[in-house]
Amino acid sequence: MEEKNILKVENISKTFPGTKALKDVSLELAEGEVHAIIGENGAGKSTLMNILSGVLQADYGGKIFFDGKEIKFNSPREAQEKGIGFVHQELSLCPHISVAENIYMGRTPKNKLGIINFKKLYQKTSEILDLFDSDIEADAIVRNLNVADRQIVEIGKALSLNCKVLILDEPTSSLNNVESENLFKIIKNIKQKNIGVLYISHRLKEIYKVCDRVTILRDGIRIDSLDVEKTNPEILIEKMVGRSISNFYPEKSKLIKDVIMSVNKLNKKGVFKDINFYLKKGEILGFSGLMGAGRTEVARAICGIDTFDEGEVFIEGKRVKINDYNSAIKLGLGYITEDRKNQGLFLKMSVRENISAASLEKVTRNMLIRKSTEYVNGKKFIKKLNIKVSDIEQKMNSLSGGNQQKVLFAKWLNIDPKIIIMDEPTRGIDVGAKAEMHRMIRELAESGIGVIVISSELPEIIGMSDRVIVMHEGKITGEVSNSDITEKNIMMLASKK
Amino acid sequence: MTNNLFEKFKNIRELSILVIIIIFSFILRFLTPYFLTYNNLKTVAIGLSADGIIAIGMTIALISGGFDLSVGSVMALSGVTTATLYAGGFNIWLAVLIGLLISALCGLVNGYFIGKVGLNPFITTLGMMGIARGVAYIITEGAYISLYDVSNIFSSLGGGDIFSIPYIVLIFIMIACFADFSLRKSSPLRKVFYTGSNEEAAILSGINTQKVKLYVFVLTAILAGIAGILTLSRFQVATPTAGTGAELRVISAAVIGGASLKGGEGTIFGAVLGVILLNIINNALILLNVSVYSQELVNGVVLISAVTLDYLSHKSK
Repeated sequence: MEEKNILKVENISKTFPGTKALKDVSLELAEGEVHAIIGENGAGKSTLMNILSGVLQADYGGKIFFDGKEIKFNSPREAQEKGIGFVHQELSLCPHISVAENIYMGRTPKNKLGIINFKKLYQKTSEILDLFDSDIEADAIVRNLNVADRQIVEIGKALSLNCKVLILDEPTSSLNNVESENLFKIIKNIKQKNIGVLYISHRLKEIYKVCDRVTILRDGIRIDSLDVEKTNPEILIEKMVGRSISNFYPEKSKLIKDVIMSVNKLNKKGVFKDINFYLKKGEILGFSGLMGAGRTEVARAICGIDTFDEGEVFIEGKRVKINDYNSAIKLGLGYITEDRKNQGLFLKMSVRENISAASLEKVTRNMLIRKSTEYVNGKKFIKKLNIKVSDIEQKMNSLSGGNQQKVLFAKWLNIDPKIIIMDEPTRGIDVGAKAEMHRMIRELAESGIGVIVISSELPEIIGMSDRVIVMHEGKITGEVSNSDITEKNIMMLASKK
Repeated sequence: MTNNLFEKFKNIRELSILVIIIIFSFILRFLTPYFLTYNNLKTVAIGLSADGIIAIGMTIALISGGFDLSVGSVMALSGVTTATLYAGGFNIWLAVLIGLLISALCGLVNGYFIGKVGLNPFITTLGMMGIARGVAYIITEGAYISLYDVSNIFSSLGGGDIFSIPYIVLIFIMIACFADFSLRKSSPLRKVFYTGSNEEAAILSGINTQKVKLYVFVLTAILAGIAGILTLSRFQVATPTAGTGAELRVISAAVIGGASLKGGEGTIFGAVLGVILLNIINNALILLNVSVYSQELVNGVVLISAVTLDYLSHKSK
């Protein structure tokens, strides 16, 4: 078969302050080819896609050829006009208006008076929707569609722009099996139209169903591009993770003692199922899994932030009933959220006020806050955690990410926790602060606290955990400890190959 | 050094308003000697006390991330209820108590729908604004209710004074001081700041934000009720139209004083200064024989200017 490259990327690099996200990456995409891009979080997949779709600009030096001509996109709109369609992981449709108006947003056919010609609009939309064999009506309101149908609308929108390259970012992340199968059929239809598809996914199984070639990225470098037929999942995993793990992590614990918390048959319909595990004093228990595996949901349920259907939680051997989060805090259970800015901190308030937010009663007597106690207490944590502030009254939004994270940490240490659950404790902070945070987490565990770390960064899970529980689609698929904690083992359990 | 001091000074909202008030009064003194007389100042102080008391509640509601449009109507309802009960033979103090309870009930309803059900404060309190005003009209059938032979103690609340200071002003100052202190020091009101600053984070710090909001709206309503009763005592007459427009005047004052509609910010002292500024300006317009019709226009200009100045001074940083 004669293959013509629709897109060719030569030696693209991208530098962000402090890190090099892409190094000399090259890629070729043929017409009618479905090309998978795989790699761990932070491997550079999304940076590459953002460059191809004009969201980011590459460093000087690399070249992008589109349809044989060298091009450079300065904005997403330029890329769109040239014919690169990008379907984001989080769908970006306007929920309150019709399918047709979403697909032809800003380009609706008008009559001489500038009034929308709905007949023509619906007719054009139906032509697009016919490609998908779906029963979506052109005048349906997007809000009333399910996620799978919305995805079709989003792909339809890209196709309506006559795109020659379609980028799909984790398209199945919110679809069930049947819907996914349907999507694969659609992708095969798109192929017939000689459109090149870049398919980003964590799920190796899908790659074997729908892709022709696969490119593996790791640490911003292209490791390899292979024909899918000539590979197997073991090879792909090996290539994705084959990095030597750095020794920057603190030594593992020798002080693990008795069980402090155990969770028994925790169930929540449609979210997680049959969750059983225990946590020991002085231990760091890692929770690994792909995004959406249900780790955060389990943590929130244990802490009483969300409800669960059935199951039991024991702390220090006693069965506890946690009705709301406040009672969890009283039991010494703290949950440090992953979304620091939106769920963790009070950015307009001072460091002092942030540190006491979860333990006001500690500094309160007769309903009055003892400012001096609060002050001394806050100072103690600033010193202990080495938080860099000019003044304890400094507002949170003037602190760096690493220092903000430390304040969040201080807020939870302040409740005198027995158990701390940390969700993505080092997301978005720089390398130096990360190492410091890891050391602090280890010290915390050594002081006899049970620590659960939820992280999507495998090296962090492997470097920090004494034991790792792996989740996949709401279920625990396995547990590894000691020398069995390897990227390969965890990835196998996480993608449940 | 001077620059530094100026910078620091500029960032304390209350101080800048205080300076504006002082400069403004100074200019006024030259324009009209009557301005700085005891009688005029007393009139201004009595006139602003009711709005001032309501502004205290409003500031707390703004800090929690909401606001209460029903305060003017609740103020009317509490006065009308009290007067009607008294006219029907109730002891005046019992009537006052029931008036306050009715106000609290209005706040409870607001707080329930905003906190527990999760409705938008604008919609909920807009609804309550109509309901409370409507009930006030129904009770009075649109007429005025005068108090006859009411106890001296009650009528002195709004009309009497001690050491030349009117009781109503004294009550306002006492409530303001207590609220200012509590807002800085007390644990329940600290929770209001957490809730308004970042509700999600407050929930994830174990704070029951539903309860916080419930209490906040009960508090604003009770303060509006107190304002209504003091106004009744002052005029010896209850009207169903009392407090019309108070909600917007008071929100303006609180915002001028540094509260933010986004929540998490605001002080009682600032709001009180905001009320004083708006009332002095209105007093000036009267003394200078400017048509009363231009009052609202001037209030609007002052509000936008104050907020713009603040926005610009923060943006440049």
